[in-house]
Amino acid sequence: MTTTMTAPAIVPNFDTSDSDRKLAIICSKGNLDMAYPGLILGNAALGEGIETHLFFTFWGLDMISKTRMNNLQFSPMGNTAMHVPGGDMHIPQAVMPAMTGMATKMLKKQIADLGVPEVPDFLEQIVAAGGHLWACRMSADMNKYALSDLRDDVEGIISATDFIEMTEGAQLLFI
Amino acid sequence: MPVIEITGKPIHVNEEGFLTEYSEWDEAIAKVLADQIGVEMTDEHWQIIKFLREDFKTEGETATSRRVQTVGGVPVKTQFTLFPKKPAKKMAYIAGLPKPKGCV
Repeated sequence: MTTTMTAPAIVPNFDTSDSDRKLAIICSKGNLDMAYPGLILGNAALGEGIETHLFFTFWGLDMISKTRMNNLQFSPMGNTAMHVPGGDMHIPQAVMPAMTGMATKMLKKQIADLGVPEVPDFLEQIVAAGGHLWACRMSADMNKYALSDLRDDVEGIISATDFIEMTEGAQLLFI
Repeated sequence: MPVIEITGKPIHVNEEGFLTEYSEWDEAIAKVLADQIGVEMTDEHWQIIKFLREDFKTEGETATSRRVQTVGGVPVKTQFTLFPKKPAKKMAYIAGLPKPKGCV
């Protein structure tokens, strides 16, 4: 292609005025599949320079528990959208022995094949990117967890009120 | 697609200013692109940019921050220090590559 005229320089606007945008993500589930949406969105937000806070509550606390975070499970039971990967055939909604273990293994492999890290590694990346991790006070009390039972990069065990105060003006995601 | 002039050469870019032709890029152009977004290039910056260029050649797409860490060997934290706020996009821009498509 020959060109006789050139346009003026076009420079992407990377430091936009919305740099005070804030995102708060409430992670309330401890199933392997439901751990990911919050992590992927949080990570994406951090990559856009958005201040991001993750609040782990109820079953979501498993994602940051030292003894449980490496062993999140996935069960196809009760999920009628489950189908064979790449196909439309539904998986029977009946409880079968060893199903959870098998399904967990399969899901972990699918996620790894996409180059997506496991949950603990993913949280480490989120913290490295400047993300903030918070544990829910009531959930920690119910589980009899102290801060030492949680990942070292969890910044604190805080009440729901603390979290709401801290995330004033933030966009909020409940997962 | 617009054609702009960088270091005296006509360069094809998209509407945001990202280069669209892999072969039109060179280090002098990268230096200008970096200047334009306020990044001062050091050896550490170049290491990432060179990795992105090489990786694109074999993979056909721009490496994500995750891949720059796991394959390129530069931790995410360092990427955020070198290319503040939006490392993946800034790295791709300077390397003359499209924005990464991957989610992670």
